[in-house]
Amino acid sequence: MSDHSGHTAEHPVAHPGYGTFIGIWLLLLLLTAGLVSLSHLGQTAAVWGLLILTPLKAGLVFYYFMHLKYEGPLFKIVLLVTLGTLLIFFALLFSDVAFR
Amino acid sequence: MSGHVHRDDLGSRLGMWLFLVTEMVLFGGLFIGYSYMRHRYPAEFHHGGGELNATLGIINTIVLLTSSLTVVLAIVAVQRAEKKRAMAFLWTTLGLGCTFLVIKGFEWSAKFHHGLYPNAPHLATLPPGEQVFFGLYFTMTGLHGLHVIVGLSVLAVLLYWVATDRIRQDRYIHLENGGLYWHLVDVIWIFLLPLFYLAA
Repeated sequence: MSDHSGHTAEHPVAHPGYGTFIGIWLLLLLLTAGLVSLSHLGQTAAVWGLLILTPLKAGLVFYYFMHLKYEGPLFKIVLLVTLGTLLIFFALLFSDVAFR
Repeated sequence: MSGHVHRDDLGSRLGMWLFLVTEMVLFGGLFIGYSYMRHRYPAEFHHGGGELNATLGIINTIVLLTSSLTVVLAIVAVQRAEKKRAMAFLWTTLGLGCTFLVIKGFEWSAKFHHGLYPNAPHLATLPPGEQVFFGLYFTMTGLHGLHVIVGLSVLAVLLYWVATDRIRQDRYIHLENGGLYWHLVDVIWIFLLPLFYLAA
């Protein structure tokens, strides 16, 4: 067995149980209900819902369901560099649009 | 050398994550394109969003979120050597994934009946902004749907591997990586719901 096998039977770590994930799922459903409710309150509320609740939902899936919480810093850096790159492209596009 | 099995679960997960970030860049480009077009055609996107069935979009969100839960619960079950429970969770995931596709099929069929499909004569009579809206709608939900089909195929293989003990308590990296892919498909849908179905 390689020493670099991550969390295996030889290198046990405390795995989260069923309850943790069911709790996150309930929270995700609650946030979805919030998002839908905000979309009925008007355009401004809908945009704020989109900008805050949607990344929050995605973050919960990344952090808990995709086990990012239990990974080392390298995985988090890979994700942040990717999202940062997309954000830079987004900013560059809209800085161009704004000054046309 | 007999008995020595080289395994690098950390490297395997890192490789999967590197693949997933390429998927994020693929969809990210489409999301940036969407943002620009929505900025350019706000009224048309608002009207286009009103043409979509928000209820079906919300139901599909609940279906995918629940399927994400059942995948992660299947991993917990394998970690606890609860094989039957893990298989039941994976069967549920497959069922929910198929439900998502059936609902999407009904939704697309309704659009086709109303003359809303790529290159349709009726679509060509709509304002340019609405043509762009439906072009992005079919491209992004279609590409996402393809990912759902790929994810279901992978999960079906993983279910077989759990059944045949290739995936078990001391060796479940394939299930973790397959689960990561399925969760990403879920994350993409989390963004598609407000951008299209709640746009009105």
